[in-house]
Amino acid sequence: MAARLTTRAFTGLRPSLRMQAPLSLGLRSMASVASTPSEEPQPKTKIFHIYRWNPDEPASKPRMQTYTLDLNKTGPMMLDALIRIKNEVDPTLTFRRSCREGICGSCAMNIDGVNTLACLCRIPTDTTKETKIYPLPHTYVVKDIVPDLTQFYKQYKSIKPYLQHSTPAPNGKEYLQSKEERKKLDGLYECILCACCSTSCPSYWWNSEEYLGPAVLLQSYRWLADSRDEKKEERKAALDNSMSLYRCHTILNCSRTCPKGLNPGLAIAEIKKEMAF
Amino acid sequence: MRLSGLQRDVLSLYRKCLRESRKKDAIARPHFESFARQEFEKSIGLDKKDFSTIEFLLRKGHRQLEMYSSPGIKDIR
Repeated sequence: MAARLTTRAFTGLRPSLRMQAPLSLGLRSMASVASTPSEEPQPKTKIFHIYRWNPDEPASKPRMQTYTLDLNKTGPMMLDALIRIKNEVDPTLTFRRSCREGICGSCAMNIDGVNTLACLCRIPTDTTKETKIYPLPHTYVVKDIVPDLTQFYKQYKSIKPYLQHSTPAPNGKEYLQSKEERKKLDGLYECILCACCSTSCPSYWWNSEEYLGPAVLLQSYRWLADSRDEKKEERKAALDNSMSLYRCHTILNCSRTCPKGLNPGLAIAEIKKEMAF
Repeated sequence: MRLSGLQRDVLSLYRKCLRESRKKDAIARPHFESFARQEFEKSIGLDKKDFSTIEFLLRKGHRQLEMYSSPGIKDIR
């Protein structure tokens, strides 16, 4: 939903460009807005401080690098600013990005102290405030703002995120679901595994080896809630220890930070309820 | 000499590298051993109190070891 809204906002802002060159509307042309020569508006310069660290020089310490951009020539989103910096100012800046509409979860980073997707985060128009961009907190850094999510993906794999079904379908074709059963998956299936919530959770910071973290638990509940899944008891048994699930102390940073507006805190509470009764 | 925890971690990584080299073919084994030694010697000049760098290199080393220890990799030059 959020993704669709932003795309509409984007194209709505620049209808003329869209009509002239609908095919060449790629990522690069998105990054900077061509200004008309007749009216040159007052430049709106904004300062960005971006975390830099290069693994090729392991002995060097991480530093903050400052970039200044004119917002009139930059797209509205934080990702547009980053792409513009990479294209026009400093090609060594490294970050992950892919879909630029909040559906791939690649550009998760910590912007002004909040974990979010750079493509869904508007650049604050207040030019007196300087923006700070860091990698996701408490992750190992691969380079600049690229975090190492190996552990996160390993944990995701450990919950067996696929339909486990041994009996054949009654009609011999597909497993059917009623509308009510499908409705239970709303608010769960939209998760794009950007790791914003897990890396905002203090409990996950201190126990990331054993505690699964909100994103993976939300996915875990997505399979527990699925009416077609037959391995409910096994899934519950895998969570039934003091670390995997019960390190959640309902801090709810996860629900507050989720860039897709989901509620991992609620999903974890539902798992706890299912385990208790 | 009493070693610090970090020093022991580094040594244990080196021993793991040598142990994994034994699983390779007899011809390739010295190649793997010398490669491991080269990788360690690259950062020989590092300050021993530069903990964050050493920890990063340890993590990198473990990742490399995991990759090179896969049976698909027969030789290294």
